[in-house]
Parts: sequence; C-alpha cells; structure tokens
Amino acid sequence: MNLWNRKWTRDAFWMVVSFGALVGLWAGIVWLFETPSYLLPGPGEVLGSGRDNWLQMIPHSGWTILSVLAGYLLAVVVGVPLAIIVVSSQTLERILYPPMVATQSIPKIALAPLFVVWFGFGMFPKVAVAFLICFFPIVVDTIVGLRSIDPALVQLARSMGAPPRRIFLRLRLPGALPSMFGGLKVGSALAVVGALTGEFIGSDNGLGYLLLSAAGELDTALLFAILFVLSLLAMAFFYAIEVLERLMIPWHVSQRAHTG
Amino acid sequence: MTPSARAAGSVAIPEARPEDAASFIEIESLDKTFVGQDGEPVVALQGLDLDVRRGEFVTIVGPSGCGKSTLLSLVAGLLETTGGEIRIGGTRIVEPYTDLGFVFQSDLLLDWRTVTGNVLLPCVMRGLDEKAHADRARELLASVGLEGFEDKRPFELSGGMRQRVALCRALLLDPPMLLMDEPFGALDALTREQMQVDLQTVWHRTQKTVLFVTHSISEAVFLSDRVIVMTPRPGAIRAILDVDLERPRDLNVHDTSRFTGIVHEIRLMFQEMGVIHR
Repeated sequence: MNLWNRKWTRDAFWMVVSFGALVGLWAGIVWLFETPSYLLPGPGEVLGSGRDNWLQMIPHSGWTILSVLAGYLLAVVVGVPLAIIVVSSQTLERILYPPMVATQSIPKIALAPLFVVWFGFGMFPKVAVAFLICFFPIVVDTIVGLRSIDPALVQLARSMGAPPRRIFLRLRLPGALPSMFGGLKVGSALAVVGALTGEFIGSDNGLGYLLLSAAGELDTALLFAILFVLSLLAMAFFYAIEVLERLMIPWHVSQRAHTG
Repeated sequence: MTPSARAAGSVAIPEARPEDAASFIEIESLDKTFVGQDGEPVVALQGLDLDVRRGEFVTIVGPSGCGKSTLLSLVAGLLETTGGEIRIGGTRIVEPYTDLGFVFQSDLLLDWRTVTGNVLLPCVMRGLDEKAHADRARELLASVGLEGFEDKRPFELSGGMRQRVALCRALLLDPPMLLMDEPFGALDALTREQMQVDLQTVWHRTQKTVLFVTHSISEAVFLSDRVIVMTPRPGAIRAILDVDLERPRDLNVHDTSRFTGIVHEIRLMFQEMGVIHR
C-alpha cells in the first residue's frame, strides 16, 4: 500500500510537471506570435470562457457522460457473454464471428447518419455509435484472453476431477482478465469518440453539440474550454478502468511493474 | 528390486504383502491413434503392454513424439484408448481417473493465488473445503523446504521452487499414484539434479507409485526401479530395464560403473534405433 501511494504521488508530480510545461509552451506561443483569439486563444482566455460558460457546460457534460457510459456498459454486457459463447462452441464461433468481423469493417462513424434517419434525434443514435465502436475491441480481447489458457492446465484440472463449468470459472475466466482489461481500456477511449460523433450528427445536447455551436460562432475560447472538459472526462473514465484493473488483477505482470 | 531394498535405512523391514506384489497399473495391448491435422490417422502408441507394481518408480524414456505424454494422458483417463485397455487397482479406466497427482513440465501455478492457494487447487477443482486442507498444504510445503513461502505469489519463486509447489499440489489429497510428464525439463542442470534427489526423498517417504516421463537417460536411471525404453513413432516398448542400484541413491551414483553401464546400454538402443547418432 505504501509503495502504491508513493508511486501515485510520483505519478501525480510528473503529470503536473508535463502539463505545466505544455500550458507554458502554449502561453509562450500566443504571447510571442500574438495570435488572434479566434485562431488560438491563450490559456487565460480559455479559462475565462470556461468560467463564463460552466453553467451551460455542466448539463451538456451530463448528457455526454450518460451516452458514453450507456454505450460502453451495453458493449460490456453484450460483448463479454458473446465472447464466452464464441469461445465455448466452434459452431457458434463459425456462425457469429464472420458477421462480427464484417460489421467491424464498416466505419461506425459512417453509420451515425443512418441511425439519425432511423431513430431520430436524441439519446439513441449516440449510444448506438458509442456501443458499436467500443464493442469490437472488448469482444476480441475477451476472446483472446479466454483462449490463452494453457491446454496443460485444462488437463491438470480435468485430472483433478473438475467439471467444465468450474474450469471455466476458476481458471479460464481469471486467466482472461488481463487481456479483457486491455479491451476495456481501448473501449473506454473509443466510447467517448462514438458518443461525440453521435452528438455531432444528430443531437441537440451534449458536449459534441456544444462544440459544433461554439465553432459556428467562432467562439474559439469556448471551443478550447470544451475540449479540456472532454479530455478530462475521457481521462477520468480511462483511469477509473485502470483503478478497477489494479483492484481486480494485482497479481498480473503489468500491475507488478507498477509497484516495482 | 524388492520393496525391502527400497526401505534401506529402516531397521525392521516387513515382508512384502501379497498386494504389494500385485500390479497396480495394468496396461494391455494399448493402441492410440490420432487423426492428424491433414485428416490422416497418426499412430501414437501400438501394442503397449506394461504392468506397474504398487509403490514402484517407473520411468518412460524415449524420443520426442514417441507417445510418452499420450501414455500418461491415457492412464489418467483424459484420452480415450483406440484399442486395448488400462486398469488401475483392477478398475478399467474409461473416464478421467482422479485419484492421482499430475505434474507437468510447466508448473502451471496460478498467478492469482498464493503458494498455499496453488497447493490447494485440487480442493477448488473438486469443490472440497480449502480450509480443511490448509494445514496439510503447509506441511507439504515445509517438507520440500518451502517454509516461509506459504503466502508468497508464484512469481516471487525460482523455477525449482515453483516445481516443488507443483509437486505439493499433486500430493495434497494423498493419491496413491503420481504421473510426471518431464517435470524437470525446464529447469537448469544443477536445480534438476537437486530436484531428482528431493523427489527420491519424497518417494521414499510417501511410497507413491510413480510413472515418470523424461528425455534424459541419466535422470531415468537415477530415479527408477525400471526404465521403459520407447521406440520412435509409432511408440512401442523397445526394452524394459531393471535398475538394481541401491536405495536411497545419492548423486555420486552417477559415477559408478553400474550406473554408467545402464546408461550406456540405453544409449546404444537409441543409436540402434536411429534416434541419436554418434
């Protein structure tokens, strides 16, 4: 625990240093080249715009968070069982896997207008795009994880008289967690992209919608402020998954490196 | 080799009981054919006959692909025989036979369980109470010199220690028989010799029937009462050699003429079969 805390404070320190340097560079460029604020506003201006518009940004952020989480959770709830089904039966794999790969070859973003046609404005198209875009990495990484069990381990378990269900729950599933978390982390970043795309195309709320309207008014400072809120949200989401990972698989190599 | 010679060191040596002399594992004209990747049948084992006495240490030595590992899987009932039959303690094997301990080349320790947790795996797999066997697990670990490592994670252990944990796991429920598939194959040469000595000690103490598979002729001779020499695919028994070296053996037995004589004899057989060339 002590080590983890020390590591955490060290991480936080370097994060502040690197972000501070970036903001400094940004302010330096604005000051040096005297860029017009509709092209590149300085850090102070962006901060000011955030202060002036925060009342407006909070509900929009709420809508975005809601669509991201809905799409993501849906992808987990559908994707993980689907991966289990694909791994457990060769026939079902042959039936399910090719269409899954095929739908993957369609750029999901291109489907957003279709969803608007079908489902109109509102939550559904956003959630659908977020779901579709993060679904595939979650499924594929879960499948890879479930398949990566050592055949000798299955043999060992069978020689101990373990029924298939117990082999799955006690050996295959925990062994798949590291790979699953890989997919969950990639998916977390993609879900934000999906929800934003949905908001760009067919929505009258959410940060994506606010972003478009700020661009329409050439309010570049607000645009930047929204970008910051967005990246903060995406980062918080990603780290939440990472914390979950640390809690669930502290035994894995990737987590050991953290404490080393 | 009589049981009395095995128990060297003890004062009173009981006479062999009749059941000791009887075969524990009986393998009769065993055939195993697989369907290969190209759909062609591959004969892994052909016409194999072998009887193993209770408490005997038998090693199977042969080239890669001679069906040694397949034989162990068949004995454990994890594969179906194509022909012939296997009986353990008189019972014909038709489904996984669980009253045995299996040790593989890979230690197969679970990263997410502690050392003790790994030794307790047979309980988990059978749905038995882990707590009831925790003391037994700790005793076993102590008996192989792993006192103080009970709560460590497998990744904190060396290869030799990990394989000791795997041995403890196999012994947890005190099965009468151990199947060992190249258990020391991944260890460095020095660790390997140490493990051979320690396994012999465990075997003396527990009197298990052991079916051991290896590539190493000297390992086979050092450990065994009998060495089964296999032919290349299709696997069949080329010869069965009695190893009449006194027990317990220490590593210096490697330098005795009787030891080198048996090793030489086996190597000649492999050269004759074209498995190894001079």
